[in-house]
Amino acid sequence: MNSKVWAFVVPIVSVIIALLISSVVILLIGQNPIVAYTALFKGAFGSKLAIASVIIKTTPLILTGLAVGFGFRAGLFNIGAEGQMVIGAMVATAFAINVAWMPAVFAIPLTMVVGMVAGAGYAAISGFLKAKTGAHEVVTTIMLNWIAEYLSSYVVTVPMGVGFGTPKSPEIASSAKLPPLMTVQATELTSGIIVAVIAAIVIYIVLEKTTKGYELKGTGFNPYAAEYGGVKISQNVVLAMAISGALAGLAGTLEVMGVHHRFLGTLSGGKGFDGISIALIGQNNPIGIIFAALLMGSLRTGSNEMQFAGVPKHIILIVQAVIIFLVAADRIVRTMLIRKKKVKPS
Amino acid sequence: MRILTAIWEIFTNPAFYKLTLTAATPFIFASLGGVFSEITGVVNIALEGIMLMGAFVSIVFTAVTGNPWIGVLFAMFVGLGMAWLHAWASIKWRGNQIVSGTALILLAQGVTGFLMEPIFGRPGQTDIVGKIPELRIPLFMKNSFLAQSIGELSPMIYIAFGCVALAWFIIYKTKLGLRMRAVGENPEAADTLGVNVYMIRYFGVLMSGIMASLGGAFLSVGEVGNFRELMTGGRGFIALAAMILGNWNPIGAMWASLLFGFSEAFANQLQSSPILHVASSSKPLFNMFPFIVTLIVIAGFIGKTRSPAADGVPYEK
Repeated sequence: MNSKVWAFVVPIVSVIIALLISSVVILLIGQNPIVAYTALFKGAFGSKLAIASVIIKTTPLILTGLAVGFGFRAGLFNIGAEGQMVIGAMVATAFAINVAWMPAVFAIPLTMVVGMVAGAGYAAISGFLKAKTGAHEVVTTIMLNWIAEYLSSYVVTVPMGVGFGTPKSPEIASSAKLPPLMTVQATELTSGIIVAVIAAIVIYIVLEKTTKGYELKGTGFNPYAAEYGGVKISQNVVLAMAISGALAGLAGTLEVMGVHHRFLGTLSGGKGFDGISIALIGQNNPIGIIFAALLMGSLRTGSNEMQFAGVPKHIILIVQAVIIFLVAADRIVRTMLIRKKKVKPS
Repeated sequence: MRILTAIWEIFTNPAFYKLTLTAATPFIFASLGGVFSEITGVVNIALEGIMLMGAFVSIVFTAVTGNPWIGVLFAMFVGLGMAWLHAWASIKWRGNQIVSGTALILLAQGVTGFLMEPIFGRPGQTDIVGKIPELRIPLFMKNSFLAQSIGELSPMIYIAFGCVALAWFIIYKTKLGLRMRAVGENPEAADTLGVNVYMIRYFGVLMSGIMASLGGAFLSVGEVGNFRELMTGGRGFIALAAMILGNWNPIGAMWASLLFGFSEAFANQLQSSPILHVASSSKPLFNMFPFIVTLIVIAGFIGKTRSPAADGVPYEK
């Protein structure tokens, strides 16, 4: 089989193995895996509302997946999508609260741009530190994640906080709200999904059809050769990190504009971290990432239903972990499929 | 000027030094784990997940047996198991080490969260199960500054410093250590000289599992006596930063861990200072402090450090 086929086969087999291993875990706590998985499937696709929820959950995941995947292609491991998403959402909210005087045609795109710029700027700190001092982006983005988390929990209680109960910001101006695609019961299906899919297509074109994309991929593939070929590595590191952060920032911004209409301290909820799994399952290909995000979005939506069936939704984290583990060591899967025939290193 | 008074109060309070040592201990254990693994050329960002698992398992077995030391022992076994998974994926199957580490972090979060309810009957946080009693050193004068600061410490703190010495000895004074460093710098050359690259790397990664699980166990049975979901809170990653800052050297990693322990203790003391009256809503700003310190330190000092040449590169015969 050639590498294009493997790119599909490995993730699919990994998902199947992950579900099998998780069945064992479910059996161990004395539950029936078939009941659990049926509930999972029903919870994700059993009704119109379920499907709408899947699409709502998938939207930010496409973007954080793209953020991580784009970084990977340029040789950067951006663990900071989480923090960039929060900062993007926070700054975009601060902007969108004050745009009531603007018509929606300006308010909507401007809010998106503000959120993207904020995410890009936050990520660029890591890019800059890597280029200037060699500080590894894995460490710096993780530190920035924690800083963003604490900053946001401060911002939603003191400077931006309103009302009682859950810490939250005021609602954004209605001109900056994304119009819903349709309304299922009380749930508005956000049109953010369209923006996310367009972003995936744009990233695909940038990576595959432009000179800059070629340069960035070259930097990721072999930095020494790229430098020899006249590519300015340090500049590209900052740029790639910024684009990656802009995508994560957009993920947060769309959550505010299309779903919550305000900034919440708990907004990211691990979506940035999920971006890593999604990028890997999608093999860092923007179109693959859309499908991987859909998979993760439906697992997450369905897991609520599964919890009603008595199976903790943490099982989804285990499923996710096994999938990533097998994708990381894809030779395990390849060897299982080929059996004894020596696997050629890719 | 209130802030200066508050800082003075903190520095003259003996409890602050005890708190610094306590906060530094998980970093010391886990960063030593990082050193063991990376010196042989395997990046292990799973430290965070192994710590979490160690914290959980030690509480589970303390609850079952009533003896926290048995809890620690089982934590080490499970840490070994998780590290073995990482070694298996990244050495035998030459997988992407960062990706495999990420998977193990998720696995630990999933498994600990998943098992909370069936084992302890509720999610979130367990009851106080039991902790390792503190060790009193009778040498010091009662109520002296020294006695109040370091007179009564968890025995695991002494073990942590013992591990620093042991790690330093193994890595720099034994044949095994020489081989470990050779494998991390130039696996091809080591292989040519008859060193079993795979075996040495397995040893490094497995040691990192033991160390990281000890760090996690300290957080639960060493410090508070219960388990909270996600209680490691990014400490595994700070330990990685400590390892880098310490230039992949056990002694350096120890000093860096002490620095991070110091900044964590300082931030905690500052926000609970009776002089400052910090509103609970501004406390998150203080919690940012250790991470900002890490970021500044990493950004400022990294130029002076150098990772093992083959760090993160799978070896293929």
